[in-house]
Amino acid sequence: MTLTLSEEQSFLKDTAKKFAQEKTPTTHFRQIRDTENPECFDRNVWKEMAAQGWSGILIPEKYGGSNFGLAGIGVVLEELGRTLTPSPLFATSVVCATLINKAGNESQKKEYLTKIASGDITMAFALEEGPRHQPSSIKLEAQKNKDTFVLNGKKNFVIDGGFANYIIVAAKTSDKEDGSSLFILDKNSKGLNIIPTVMVDHKNSANIEFKNVVASAENILGSENSAKETIDETLDIARAALSAEMLGGALEAFDITLNYLKEREQFGEKIGSFQALQHRAALMFTELELCKSCVIEALTAFDEGSNDLQRIASLAKSKMGETFFNVSNEGVQMHGGVGVTDEYDIGLYMKRARVAEQTFGNTEYHRNRYAELTGY
Amino acid sequence: MSNLVTFRQETRDWLEENCPAEMRKPMSADGACWGGRNFKFSHPDQKLWLDRMGEKGWTAPTWPSEYGGGGLNYDENKILAEELFKIGARPALASFGLWMLGPALLEYASHEQKMEHIPKIIKGEIRWCQGYSEPGAGSDLASLKTKAVEDGDNFIVNGQKVWTSYADECDMIFTLVRTGPQEPKHNGISFLLIDMDQPGVETKPIKLISGKSPFCETFFTDAVVPKANLVHDLNKGWDVAKNLLQHERKMLASMGLGGSAAGSKGKGKSGSGLANLTKKYVESSEGKISDEGLRQKIAKSDMDAHAFGLTLKRASEEAKNSNHGPSAATSIFKFFGSEHNKRRYEIMLEAMGTQGLGWEGGEFGPEELAVTREWLRTKANSIEGGTSEVQLNVISKRVLDLPQ
Repeated sequence: MTLTLSEEQSFLKDTAKKFAQEKTPTTHFRQIRDTENPECFDRNVWKEMAAQGWSGILIPEKYGGSNFGLAGIGVVLEELGRTLTPSPLFATSVVCATLINKAGNESQKKEYLTKIASGDITMAFALEEGPRHQPSSIKLEAQKNKDTFVLNGKKNFVIDGGFANYIIVAAKTSDKEDGSSLFILDKNSKGLNIIPTVMVDHKNSANIEFKNVVASAENILGSENSAKETIDETLDIARAALSAEMLGGALEAFDITLNYLKEREQFGEKIGSFQALQHRAALMFTELELCKSCVIEALTAFDEGSNDLQRIASLAKSKMGETFFNVSNEGVQMHGGVGVTDEYDIGLYMKRARVAEQTFGNTEYHRNRYAELTGY
Repeated sequence: MSNLVTFRQETRDWLEENCPAEMRKPMSADGACWGGRNFKFSHPDQKLWLDRMGEKGWTAPTWPSEYGGGGLNYDENKILAEELFKIGARPALASFGLWMLGPALLEYASHEQKMEHIPKIIKGEIRWCQGYSEPGAGSDLASLKTKAVEDGDNFIVNGQKVWTSYADECDMIFTLVRTGPQEPKHNGISFLLIDMDQPGVETKPIKLISGKSPFCETFFTDAVVPKANLVHDLNKGWDVAKNLLQHERKMLASMGLGGSAAGSKGKGKSGSGLANLTKKYVESSEGKISDEGLRQKIAKSDMDAHAFGLTLKRASEEAKNSNHGPSAATSIFKFFGSEHNKRRYEIMLEAMGTQGLGWEGGEFGPEELAVTREWLRTKANSIEGGTSEVQLNVISKRVLDLPQ
């Protein structure tokens, strides 16, 4: 396995960097937040991303994608993460595209993947049911009634749930341990109550109530009672991709702080000349170097088919969780008073770090999982 | 590519024929072959293995063949390492000559000096130690006072060095000496190679908290050193010193991986070194360590080791094409590796309870006693080769470019 980017991947990364710097700097995020845009993203920017081909990076060529791999979409997410760019790229083009690609039948793939790749539809994955990540205990029930299913229950923290055209929901369809199924539902389905949640990082998410929502067999993604493996594998891909976004955020938070240390003067000197701050900066830099290695390992592990995927995904998500948290908090502290003002960007990264850390398993969750997978 | 396939096959065949059976058994903690004039081989196969590998230049696989090295490129070297690992071969030679002095000589020494010293390092004929620190010059190394005065074809050296590793068993010492007492402190230092087999050089072991004495004090009283042993220009020794320190830090960093490297290699439920040790002392249920606090600490440590191993690998891939020696970024590895190693031993002691606190005697197993002594030894990891604080200084000034 190689831990350096290929020429094509580096080129894509540079393109994404330029895009984020020119089109979606943090002022773009602020504008969306401050105008209280309920969708929390800019549809024109999303169209441009789709035109770049990013929405279809994980999608096979026969459905209009480029099949350029997780490392490909990972470097894009990293660069977008640097400027906190809001977009459906993660939920739609990583999470839902992977679910459909893994479990969908031919006509579902043709229908949905093609439209994801073209940027025409957005999707959200409704999985969580409580405040903490617990993918193995799905309680939302889908009662079978001849050829149809009736769904009742509630989902939490559905990323992009507030605007997505389609919701992929994980539901319990049998009392057996693995008895879960995935349904694709139109957001306008009867009985679906989408309640947008305003989160501390101002990215889109929603809680969703299901009251006697009727789904037909055609709405099942793949086959009945076989969602567990699809969900588990998809979650690891999502964790690796999210780690890449978090890496971008952490690197930017660090760069912003480092620049501040070189500019701000107190006691007649640049505060970056103080050893108490220098050593903490050096510690953060060291942690970030370790994180870079974990993230690229996780991204390429999927593309190259490693047999240790789960552990590597947990490694990346856990290390990234602790480091993004630490770097953004240290950043706020080193900025002093302005660090806790809304005017300075550093606080935005700290808020994003917390939400990203909770998404699909926090640091402790993945430490525990790593221990379990290693055999202790 | 086919060249590499051929190379792998040839390497495999050569090792099959030349690596003695005894040298394929796991090595005990003090089983390394250090070479040198007075080295006592633990087994005839140890000498045989050193001679064969030295002859082929594979104790220094990437050094130029002109000076007796293996002359291998990056990919060939990787293959050699893989093939050695595959048969469980012990390192033929452990040596500060290989890890520290040699690379600096290749960069700074004259052709004659390389011809004189490099082959003897490769073949393990001369054992080297390092004479850098002094009682008054630790982190502030450049304030060193040991002086060398020109006298005809020689330098006359007077002064004292400290923390000279294994000096009592070594043949030669590479030193930093003051040759320009009037110059600003970094500009008055020279790099001198001194033969220890002479009346003007004395060594005295230092007993450490571990009870062992891997380091010495070394005294120079009118020691005579031929001018031919001056490496690089007079008063330019600091350049060599810095270069060599990078190699030293790289060496010390890789020690940080120690036994915990298993954490990054073991696929599936094979456990990790730390976890397996812990299970001997702490209850577990269906393989899961019951003490949740300890279990989280172990997982964090294993993940750190995993991440660190990946980072060393990434650095070597990035260096492959750039053709640079180790850079200031080496400080990251020295810092993290040594601190990680200290934390790892603390966890081991915590897991072992009072069985990890024995000093000597039959109530403790030899492995338990070794862990206790090694725990104490690790305390020097973050001091030798530049303290952790010095590494953080280097990172903040030379990598992050923070103001002085």
